Amino acid sequence: MGMTITEKIFAHASRTHKVIPGQSVWLNVDILMTHDVCGPPTIAIWEKEFGGDAKIWDKNKVVIFPDHYIFTANPHANRNVELLRQFAAKHELPNYYDVGTERYKGVCHLALAEEGFNVPGTVLFGTDSHTCTSGAFGMFATGVGNTDAAFILGTGKIWEKVPESMRFIFNGDMPEYLTAKDLILRILGDITTDGATYRAMEFSGSAINQMNMLERMTLTNMAIEAGGMNGIIAVDDITREYLSSVGVSGYQEFTSDSDAEYFATYTYNANELVPVVAKPHSPDNLAAVRDVEGTKLTKCYIGSCTGGKLSDFHYAAKILYGRKTAVTTFIVPASTTVARQLKTEKYKDASLYDIFTEAGAYIAESSCAACLGGPADTTGRSIDGDTVISTTNRNFPGRMGSKQSSVYLASPLTVAASAVTGVITDPRDLLQ
Amino acid sequence: MDNLITGKIYVLGNNIDTDQIIPAEHLVYSTSDPEEAKKYGHFALSSVPPEEAGLPHGNLPFIHGDNYQSEYSIIIGGSNFGCGSSREHAPFALQVAGVKVVVAESYARIFYRNSVDGGFLVPMESAERLCDILQTGESVTIDITNGTITRHYDNRVFTLKNLGSVFAIVQSGGLFQYARQNQLL
Ligand code: SF4
Repeated sequence: MGMTITEKIFAHASRTHKVIPGQSVWLNVDILMTHDVCGPPTIAIWEKEFGGDAKIWDKNKVVIFPDHYIFTANPHANRNVELLRQFAAKHELPNYYDVGTERYKGVCHLALAEEGFNVPGTVLFGTDSHTCTSGAFGMFATGVGNTDAAFILGTGKIWEKVPESMRFIFNGDMPEYLTAKDLILRILGDITTDGATYRAMEFSGSAINQMNMLERMTLTNMAIEAGGMNGIIAVDDITREYLSSVGVSGYQEFTSDSDAEYFATYTYNANELVPVVAKPHSPDNLAAVRDVEGTKLTKCYIGSCTGGKLSDFHYAAKILYGRKTAVTTFIVPASTTVARQLKTEKYKDASLYDIFTEAGAYIAESSCAACLGGPADTTGRSIDGDTVISTTNRNFPGRMGSKQSSVYLASPLTVAASAVTGVITDPRDLLQ
Repeated sequence: MDNLITGKIYVLGNNIDTDQIIPAEHLVYSTSDPEEAKKYGHFALSSVPPEEAGLPHGNLPFIHGDNYQSEYSIIIGGSNFGCGSSREHAPFALQVAGVKVVVAESYARIFYRNSVDGGFLVPMESAERLCDILQTGESVTIDITNGTITRHYDNRVFTLKNLGSVFAIVQSGGLFQYARQNQLL
């Protein structure tokens, strides 16, 4: 019996030839990523457990991005960034991306890709549940808590159960009104928020092969919304091209064997799918946009690691070009690189930045911002009575701020179309 | 680790996510400063919608007033307990509030790992859906090794699933203790 791509990476990282799902193995970790929310407690555990003269297992393999609570006056939040700063200085960490400097990156999952830390065949752990995003690069990436991260920080190793794999095949071509977000929301509606718990989610098929890396990251990002341990997509020419553009070479490519075993296989035809939303208050609360169109909105939000990439803004610009927004609309580029690209990338004759500004949208600084609510002064935070449509990945009660607000999750096309009309709108009605 | 845990139960439903367990806005507090860490107990489960807080009737606060500890030391949940973010603050907050064991139908992976590896609480899986059977405020005793939960008033016994390969870590009190005992550190 063959192995899946995830099983092969597990075998490789645990220095063995064969692993089977359910087995617990010790993995050698290639990269540990942390941020301002979970970094300080991770460091505290590491110092407590390994003592005053504790040594980091490999300084080059620790990557720290302050990104969650950045532009706030909250003193506790600012103290957390200060703790990271001191830690990075004390240990002379080469991969710390401080706020207020040229190096500041913004949201960690996109930053990992842009800075060349996503390397096929490797193992990446991060203190953030959406660490699964990096799986778009044919690697194993998953989230852990602070104790596990502290253990990795000191040893470079961690135990993990070999997951069973689920396969999601998208045949056909992506219609112009559909984005990766519609595909993953559809999967969530089909398998629900615990449908992939402890499992790997492997995406393949012609519609996936046509996607750029940013769109692929939207799929793997939301594997965790189904409870998945990781999302993964095999390397192809599009992956190789992205990697060479960020200076990554000399990696190992793993692919699933044709006789590998899967817990389940779901097959879709992209041509037959329609724009969808996740209704409040769960990412699996699926509805076709057509079935909720006309729902009145108070806010639109395009941002986060899943919905604030350059590809998302290209989609939004297609709709917002030459139009005005009818409700408060936030544009939050996930990374500072994306923020710069908004000014250089164009749709027709205008830069994305100009299209959004002329549409009356508010362009915020790069960070997680209101994706997870955050301190009271966070840009775009939902308030009591808000009905928000957002390109983010979670709409649990209170996730974007107020518990008395409702959040619909949708593709950047659907959010942009809804921003123009002020009610939930199918992008097919506005695509020009 | 104590093998027998006795206490009052607090019953919740499905998909209790980490934002309900400890809302994101409170994650700024220090977990290592004992005084400040009490905030985590104080805000534990504060975002559970009121009608689902303390089933079957709801509207039962987990924490009263300014307290940081709860009268309930055992939580009974439905499926997918602890889904959402990777925040270890979630099992930590429950521990600060005095929770020793969670019994749920199933768990999200990261919450489960965090509970075990951090030694915060014992996540047990029930064989049947106990959140539809047990009621908030009932007293029970949990036997971790033998995998049972006994309701005091009628001595009814329900089966819990074996902890399997993580039992050794639970028994050691967390990943670091386990690693030391097994010469991995
Ligand atoms: S953008 Fe949202 S989902 Fe992504 S890392 Fe930040 S808080 Fe998490």
